[in-house]
Amino acid sequence: MLSRVADSLYWMSRYLERAENTVRQLDVTMSLMLDPGGASAETRWQRLVSSLGGAPDLEWNGDMDAMARTLIFSSVHHASVTFCVNGARENARQVREEISTEQWDRLNRLYHQIHSPNTQAQFGANINDALASIVDGIHLFKGVSDTTMIHGQGWQFIRLGRYLERAYSTATLLEVFQPELYTLPEREHSGYQYLEQVGLLRCCTAFEAYCQVYTADLSADRILEFLLLNRDFPHAIRYSVDGIMSAIESIQRTGGRRPPEELTAGIGRLHAMLGYTTIGEILASDPAMFLHTIREQCMRIHELVYRYYVQYSIQSALTI
Amino acid sequence: MSTSPQLDVEALYGDYPLDHAFDEMRESSGELRPHYRALAETLARLPQDELQRRKQSAELSFLTQGITFTVYGREEGTERIFPYDLLPRLITAAEWDRIERGLTQRITALNHFLRDIYSDAKILADRVVPRELVYSCKHYRRQMRGLQVPRNVYITVIGSDLLRLSTGEFVVLEDNLRVPSGVSYMLTNRRVMKRTFPHLFHSYGVRPIEHYPQLLLSTLRSLAPEGRPEPNIVLLTPGVFNSAYFEHTYLARQMGIDLVEGRDLVTHDNVVYMRTTDGLKRVDVIYRRVDDDFSDPLIFRSDSILGCAGLFNAYRAGNVTVTNAFGTGLADDKALYAYVPRIIRYYLAEEPILPNVETFVLTDEKERKHVLANLDKLVVKAVGESGGYGMLIGPQSTAKQRQEFAVQIEANPRNYIAQPTLDFSRAPCLIGNQLEPRHVDLRPYILFGDKVNIVPGGLTRVALEKGSLVVNSSQGGGSKDTWVLQ
Repeated sequence: MLSRVADSLYWMSRYLERAENTVRQLDVTMSLMLDPGGASAETRWQRLVSSLGGAPDLEWNGDMDAMARTLIFSSVHHASVTFCVNGARENARQVREEISTEQWDRLNRLYHQIHSPNTQAQFGANINDALASIVDGIHLFKGVSDTTMIHGQGWQFIRLGRYLERAYSTATLLEVFQPELYTLPEREHSGYQYLEQVGLLRCCTAFEAYCQVYTADLSADRILEFLLLNRDFPHAIRYSVDGIMSAIESIQRTGGRRPPEELTAGIGRLHAMLGYTTIGEILASDPAMFLHTIREQCMRIHELVYRYYVQYSIQSALTI
Repeated sequence: MSTSPQLDVEALYGDYPLDHAFDEMRESSGELRPHYRALAETLARLPQDELQRRKQSAELSFLTQGITFTVYGREEGTERIFPYDLLPRLITAAEWDRIERGLTQRITALNHFLRDIYSDAKILADRVVPRELVYSCKHYRRQMRGLQVPRNVYITVIGSDLLRLSTGEFVVLEDNLRVPSGVSYMLTNRRVMKRTFPHLFHSYGVRPIEHYPQLLLSTLRSLAPEGRPEPNIVLLTPGVFNSAYFEHTYLARQMGIDLVEGRDLVTHDNVVYMRTTDGLKRVDVIYRRVDDDFSDPLIFRSDSILGCAGLFNAYRAGNVTVTNAFGTGLADDKALYAYVPRIIRYYLAEEPILPNVETFVLTDEKERKHVLANLDKLVVKAVGESGGYGMLIGPQSTAKQRQEFAVQIEANPRNYIAQPTLDFSRAPCLIGNQLEPRHVDLRPYILFGDKVNIVPGGLTRVALEKGSLVVNSSQGGGSKDTWVLQ
């Protein structure tokens, strides 16, 4: 497929994943703020902004509603939902012929929904409903992507974008939350601690899945283990890395060229790191460093994918 | 059957003047034309507001499908849905037969003309067309001289604009031989209409048009360079900011070919490649939706970033087919238009089946004098413009506008032509809850590969503003589905 098309599909998917992540984290942060105990609103807001990748111009100004509104409707902040949905649609528009009509239809509806005055009004009246309907729109898009698009290279680039973004943003989230998980008073049965921990899980839609694996007995170690190393839960980093790996493998299989060793090695390294390390080992060394390495590796994979599939030099392509 | 259909139908009419302009639905006496009767009776039987409801559902479907076009000269990225009228325009089998024969004849002759001009130029030597007019045309491409194009086909995709005069006769207003657009609206209009009036559609026995993309694909394939049995065919688009971008994506998807931009293409040793995730892949046929000027910065405009450097040389070497060929704009130049009947007689020795609109060529001194004296009655057009820009409609103009045009004509007569103001035909449109007549034209789409193919119908464009004669989408025009009956 055309390199430019692969590029657009990849970013369309990354932007939507990012939008969903923003919505979920905002939703959790706002519901945590309803309970007066625990951290201050400002701390929570800072934490939210840093786990969304940090935005120096999103300073806390005391008005949660206005801040939330910015995070949803601003068309300039890179983490804002509107910005991401615009980006996703713009990318989709440039590859309109590659995606299915249903996909375009869904994404276009989501775009018009976010830009409609109704949504702004609904946002004032009931924030949760507004957020839920945005997430619904994104889920519908993912659903039709999987059911109506041919599962060829284009679809694999969509998967690649989704899982790379997810692995990266979950690692960022854990990196931000991780120190606080351990400064909370150990095993003290305060309801606030529980809420914080559930909040973290809910940022990854992981609460119910966690309970199925570990029961509702929440502990920092287990939460980390679950979100990092679980191989069956779609929002766990290990699962996402498996997704990256299988997407790249499929892309290489459908192409005629020999896979670049650097790329295979990079993904293999990340895959092994998550597959053959126990949570005990991670905690015994430096969990923050571990998470940071994951992020770096993700960026490295992104660069290699670009160098090999999208922005390769013409001279090298001619000599092959 | 309704007991008194005539009475019901009367109630549908809003402000519905019948004058000397041809009305597609009604005789001058007010009687329904026979082929419109079933349509009018269906409308009359619908419950109140049902038409509006169907219209809204059709419009919503256009918006969510992203069937929009970009309007120039406003904020960047102003997307609008192409205004759409719910009522189909009907064309009888006999009328269509004449149109089809006429267009086939015309396109064949124009292709002969292009071939002749870019080789021996016999028609100029025989003084049928003035040499000056050809060589002063800004779409004449000297680079095409002596170049052998595949199968001698210069114009592959054509959209000619037809009008219907008060006599009921169809005439050709202009030919679009460069990059005609609108065919995606023809196809999507049809899809929406089938959903909006399923029973009516069925009962009329409308001839299908849905195979257009398939026809286009096989036409393009028939033009592939020799020795490329499995040609890689692509559609070259200027990109997402082009007003017809939706159409480019639509056609590429319907044909199952790659939609490429100039930046996706590279040339090496006079072969065109596209950049894919699997390395460089050779390109054999380019359906070009980029103007000549922007296609190759080495040959045409050097500041263009929409094209592909080296494309023309690869084309000249015969390694890639580009269609429509370069320099075809020569034959749709508005001043050369006046000579098309003579061109048809010269190459085919036949009388034109579809007449031209009477046209004054302003480089001719006698005709120029006549035009300048009658600016208030005539339509003046700049020859190089399209889309309804650069036009003076005499009867609707101010003295100041006429003065400005007169100055420009004196300064550069080659740049303008004049035609009588045409009261071309009107078709009923849904305005509010009622039917009112609006001016319409017809743009059939013609494909020319190993033979001429015209899908029955085309895009009927509507001047939705009351009394307006401008049907271009950039100037407030809309469209309707066109039903050619069996």
